[in-house]
Amino acid sequence: MNLRRDVFQAIADPTRRAILLLVATQSMTAGAIASNFDTARPTVSKHLQILTECELLKQEQNGREIYYHLNPNKIKEIADFIEPFRRLWDDRFNSLETIMKQYKPKRTE
Amino acid sequence: MEQKTKINAEDGKQELVITREFDLPLELVFKAFVEPRIVEQWMGTKVLKLENKKHGSWQFETSDAQGNVVFRANGVIHELVPDQKITRTFEMEGTPFGVQLELLKFEQLTNDTSKLTMHVIYESVAQRDQVLQLPFAQGINMAHNRLQNIVSNLK
Repeated sequence: MNLRRDVFQAIADPTRRAILLLVATQSMTAGAIASNFDTARPTVSKHLQILTECELLKQEQNGREIYYHLNPNKIKEIADFIEPFRRLWDDRFNSLETIMKQYKPKRTE
Repeated sequence: MEQKTKINAEDGKQELVITREFDLPLELVFKAFVEPRIVEQWMGTKVLKLENKKHGSWQFETSDAQGNVVFRANGVIHELVPDQKITRTFEMEGTPFGVQLELLKFEQLTNDTSKLTMHVIYESVAQRDQVLQLPFAQGINMAHNRLQNIVSNLK
C-alpha cells in the first residue's frame, strides 16, 4: 500500500510528470533530461531517483552512459490509470449539464 | 460518492465505454451535441464545422491566448438519428493516435433525466492506452504554456 502511495506522490509532482513525458518516446540520459528544465541539476537527479525507486522509470546502461526510459507496465499498474481521462470527460459533461440547465427556461418560455 | 461519469476500459481491448447520466431531459443532452455554439462551450473548443447529417463532416480547433492552434480534430458523421444516436469518427490532427470510431447512444431515463453511452473503438490496444494517457499529457502542455505566458510577461 505504501509503495502505491509513493507512485501517486511521484506523479503528483509537475516536474516529475514532465520527465515521464519526455522519456515516453525515447530513452534519455540524466543530462539530456535536465537540459529541458531550468531547475538545478541535483534537483532533477532527485526527481529521477524518486521515479526510478517507484519503478516508473527504468535505467539502462549503454557504454558509460545511463539512459532512462519509461516503464509502461508500471504506469498501467497504477489503479487510477484512466482517472485523468475520466475526469476530463466528467468536467466536460458537468459543464454540459450546467449550460443546458440554464438553457431550459429559455426554451420553455 | 457515486461518480457521474464512468469509464469501462477492459485490459487488452481496443475499445472503451464512457457512460454518463444527466440531470437533463433527453432532448437537451442531444442538443448539446449538435448545436455548434453549445458544443463550443462545454468542449472548450471552437467549432469550425459541424454538419449534423449522414455523411456530414465536423472540425474543431482550439487556440491558445497568442492565437496559436494547439488542438485540431476532425471526422465524419456516419449516422445521426435525433435524440437516439450519433455514429462518427474522430481524429486528432498531427498526432500518432490514429482514428477512432465513436458510437453515441442517447436514452431517456425519466422526463428529466437521461443517459449517454459513448462506445469508442480505437485502431489498436496500444493506441487506446496512449489516448488514455493523453489528458495527462495535455495537462503538462497547458502547464508549460501557462509558464511561458508568465515568463514572457516578466520580460
